[in-house]
Formats: sequence, C-alpha cells, structure tokens
Amino acid sequence: MNAKPLTAWIEGIGFLAPGLPDWPTARAVLRGEQAYENAPSVLPAPAILPPAERRRASRVVKLTLAVGLEAAAHAGSDVAQLATVFSASGADGHNCHALCEQLAGEDRQISPTRFHNSVHNAAAGYWGIATGAMAPCQVICAYDASFGAGLIDALGQVVLDRQTTLLIAYDSEYPEPLFAKRPVPDVAGVGLVFTPERSERSLACITVTPETTPADGLTDGALETLRTAIPAMRAFPLLRKLALGEGGTVCLDYLPPMQLRVAIQPC
Amino acid sequence: MTPLLLSAYTATTCLGRGLDATRSALRAGYSGLAPCAFETVQLDTWLGEVAHVDDEKLPVALAAYDCRNNRLTQMGLETDGFADRVREAIARYGKTRVGVFLGTSTAGILQTELAYRRRDPETSALPDDFHYRTTHNSFSLAEFTRDYFGLEGMAMAISTACSSSAKVFAAAARQLELGTIDAAIVGGVDTLCLTTLYGFASLQLTSTQPCRPYDAERNGISIGEGAAFALLERTDAPAAGSILLLGTGESSDAYHMSSPHPEGLGARLAMEAALRSAGLNTADIDYINLHGTSTPANDAAEGKAVAALFGATVPCSSTKGATGHTLGAAGAVEAIVCALAITDGFLPGSPGTQTLDPVIPVDYLKQGRAGTVRRALTNSFGFGGSNCSLILGVAA
Repeated sequence: MNAKPLTAWIEGIGFLAPGLPDWPTARAVLRGEQAYENAPSVLPAPAILPPAERRRASRVVKLTLAVGLEAAAHAGSDVAQLATVFSASGADGHNCHALCEQLAGEDRQISPTRFHNSVHNAAAGYWGIATGAMAPCQVICAYDASFGAGLIDALGQVVLDRQTTLLIAYDSEYPEPLFAKRPVPDVAGVGLVFTPERSERSLACITVTPETTPADGLTDGALETLRTAIPAMRAFPLLRKLALGEGGTVCLDYLPPMQLRVAIQPC
Repeated sequence: MTPLLLSAYTATTCLGRGLDATRSALRAGYSGLAPCAFETVQLDTWLGEVAHVDDEKLPVALAAYDCRNNRLTQMGLETDGFADRVREAIARYGKTRVGVFLGTSTAGILQTELAYRRRDPETSALPDDFHYRTTHNSFSLAEFTRDYFGLEGMAMAISTACSSSAKVFAAAARQLELGTIDAAIVGGVDTLCLTTLYGFASLQLTSTQPCRPYDAERNGISIGEGAAFALLERTDAPAAGSILLLGTGESSDAYHMSSPHPEGLGARLAMEAALRSAGLNTADIDYINLHGTSTPANDAAEGKAVAALFGATVPCSSTKGATGHTLGAAGAVEAIVCALAITDGFLPGSPGTQTLDPVIPVDYLKQGRAGTVRRALTNSFGFGGSNCSLILGVAA
C-alpha cells in the first residue's frame, strides 16, 4: 500500500534545558543571537497546580508542565482539549532510587505516594489532573530513541485522528548509584503542538520519513553535548531550523539503523 | 478504523504456557493464584506467578538482557509457534517493516532491586554485571524483542501502568493504517517485583485472599505476571474465523493518580471511543472482558460505566480471579482471552467471585458458559487515569 505521509503543522514550541529556561532563550541561542551559557536547569513552580500540590510536585512533573504549558500557550491551545504524547527515556529517577534503596533494606513499607509516583506515566497523570484533559494520553519509552518514538506516534494521531496533539519529550537525571549506569546530566524537555491543518498560527509544516544516514549534529560544542547526553535533545537539529525559520531537511537520531528524516517548510 | 488481522497470538500466565493451557483453565474455572512465595517478599497476599520463568536461557549474544522480565518475554515469544510466525512475517515484509509495540509497567526493575542489595559497601556503586538499559529501562523488553528477531524498524514501549498493553494495539494500528509498517508485534510483559508487590500493599490495594472481582466482599487485587503477544497485519480478505482487531478507544480520567473517576467517566469515554472506532453499537457486543481488578473503587467505577452504556444486557466478566492482575501485561492477556472466547464459543467466568455486588447492575458471569461471541470488548485502566478499550471480532 502507499504510505500516508507523517505530516503535521507545528503551532507551538516549549523548551527547557540546562542554561536554556524557555523557548525564546533557546531560539535566540540557536539563531546565534545569544551565547550559550551552561547552567543547571531551572524549573518554574507550576502555577496551574494548587499550592499544596505545587510544593509536592516532583522535578519531572514541573518539567513537563513547564514545556507543555509553554507550547500550548505559544499555540493558543486550550490545554483541556489537547491529546498528548509523553515520551521519556526514564521516569522520576530520584523517586526510583528512594524506592530501590528502601526495598533493599529491612523496612520495606514504602510510601504509597512514592509508589504511585514511580509509574512511567506519573507526569502524564499529573498533567491530566492539572489541565482536566480527558483526551487520549500516550506515554512512551524508547531509551535514547524516545524523542523519535514520541514524534512518530504523535504524528500518527494527528494524521489519522485529525486531532491537535501535544508531544512532550523529556528526561530527568538519576542520583547515584544509578547515575553511573545512566548518566543523564539534568532535566530537559521539549513540547511541540501539532495540528492536522495549516492555520494562521502555523510556524512550519514537517514530514517525517525513515532514513539510515547519520544524524545531523550542532556546530556549537556545548549544545552538541546536550543533544547527545539527553535523549529529548535529539530534537535539536529540528529546533534549530524552527528557530531560524529555515526550510530544508534534517536527520534525527532514532533507533539504529533507523533514523528520521524531517522535511521542514516554514509557514 | 480498518479491521486488522491478528495473524498469530499467544498468552502465558499463571494459568499455564500458551493458548491450550489458558483455554482449558478458563473452561474449568480454574484459578492460578497461590499464596505469595516470591523471592524474599513477606506479604500476606496471593500471586499469579508463572512457573519456570527463571529456567529460561537467553541467547548468548543477548546476555545483557538477562532478567526475569526478558526471560518471560522470550518464553512468551517461543510459545504457540509465535516466534516462527514473526520470522515468516519478517521474510514477507522485510526487517525494517515489522514494528515492535510492547507494554509494561515495571519492565525488569526487579534486576535493579536485586542489584541494590549488592551495592559496594564502600562506594555504594552498583555491580558491574548490572545493565540498566537492557533490564531496568521501560524500553528493555521492546529492544530485546527487536534484537531477538534482528529487526531494524520502529519500536516503542508504552508504559501507562495497567493500560499499557491495550494501548500498544492502538499505537500499532495507527502505524499499520498509515502504512509506515506492514506488520506489528504487539503485546505486554510484566513480571513480579518488589516495587509493585510492596507498592500495592502500601496503598492497601492487595487482598489477603484470592481476588474476587465484582464480589460484594471484594477487598483488593492479586498481583500476577504474564506475557501475551499478537502479530497484527492489514488484511483485505481475512479467512473466515480469523480474529480481527475492530476498534480501539483511549481516554484519560484527569481525576487522581491512583483512584479511578468515581463515576467511571474516563472508562465510559474509552468504551465509546472504541465503539466509534469500530463503527459498532453497544448491541453489537456479545461479551465484555472487564478490567475488574477486584478493588472496591475500580469495580464500582467500571461497573457504573458499563451499566450506563450497556445496561445489564451484555454478559461480562473479569478473568483476574484466574490470572491475577498482570498489570502492564493485562491488556494483551485479556485481548487474547477475548480471542479465545470468540474462537471457542465460551464466555469465561470469574473464579473467586461468590456473591455479586448487588449495586453493580451488569450481567456478570460468575461461571463460564457456552455462547456465541462475534465481537468482544475488553477494558484496561491504569494509574494516572489512563484508559483503553479494545474491540475484537471474527471474520465472516
């Protein structure tokens, strides 16, 4: 059969990474208008949560709310109506460490909150509670290929279900001793609002196809380090084109030997 | 959606290895649950443990994947000739055109729990033989399966707690409909671990007795483990009697992390979406395999949603009294239970359930019985308010 192209329009972008607290900053750095300065990721307090929940919110919950809400606001979307695809290479690393440590000891009576926060879809669950969105919510893991896997599923939903869909690709760090086994240095994430039709808000149209050539890198050494150290940042070559408002194609890392070729046409 | 063919399928749970063991246990109303004797776990609860999982030896080249979850993955793949059918599909379509979509809640986290006991007393470092990526990570079972068959195309794990391996059918169906792949290995694998056993106990959601779905006295789940797989393909002219995936429906509760929406609103949205996706009405459904975990809240909420949509006209049951709650594998296990109900003309009952909850007005089957099932709906709901319903049917 003839494949239907994985095509969608991007209406909103959210971003958070070490030294890059939001999309306007990342955009300026990717455009070469501002120098990149490495600094720990700064997580805003999620105003959307009630005060008690806000204090308790974990780093991955703050991260996903930050990039998801920024992307939705950029697109002018009603978050309660958005379908979502969350994609992460791991769940809440600090919570996971605390559980494993306690379960290795004598007292195994773990906290129920720690347990329900241990699921891979914890951040997605809090997103639903915070936004009231009852639309489908997907939660994916594909280790280092998580951004690509999330992109494929999000575009599938947009093309087939004609539903505006928010992709939130994100990662967080583990403390030691797991850090030594999985050295993701910090939290980082990207949010992209995809629509099935072009609108006056559309920033660009993208089409994704399989490819086997090496992924594009970034010439800035510090940004290239981020791209390879944090799976969600594999999106950088695409984000650079979006920042520059340039058309063309980029190749993103996915699952070797399969890579993703993304054709970008600015609106 | 356009119906998709389940060209092969298999399930392994505490009921036994493969379709024949599963169907004879369901027909006999047998439960595979037994008092907890897993690892060093000291909990007064019943489990659905799969026998001989740790006897499974992975290929030498894939040794880094060795953990209970991937042992059960391999065991499941090598049951009912499923792996051979996958290899035939790869020969037909090519190794880039067969996708992998597997659900799990905890993958091989047991491996990390065990490794934490072996941390270096000086440095706290984890042992050298612990491999995070290929055991603990949620993707490990999908990557193992991709490497096991030498595949080079798309793969993903879906991890939405107890709806995980229902949602893989929806994700794979999208890619098949788009034509980005020609076949998909879908399924779910979850294995017993301390995180879930002590975790559900901490929430007071585990029963000290074998679970009793939809019983007036139900008081919690019995945790199980399982591996279930299906090979999905597009089909123009399916042979009469073939099992088809007719519809998928997904929704979110947007209510609470570990409790369902009390009115079952998210559950209802998922069932309605599945019916819409299949182009069917409630009257077209002959059997519902309920999520039916046997917690007071789940069964009450799901029962309200089923009653509101279907009334008491459609026979339904939860098979978790037989298999235990296989968590991230439950969606796929219960899709296969529906496939068996359709092919065998037998509606499974609910071992353990004695006195039905009188406030849940559905046609609940305590005992299995013969009956024609042309279309079956199965529900899977997870923590975080993640809901998925699937509809399976038979080709005329």
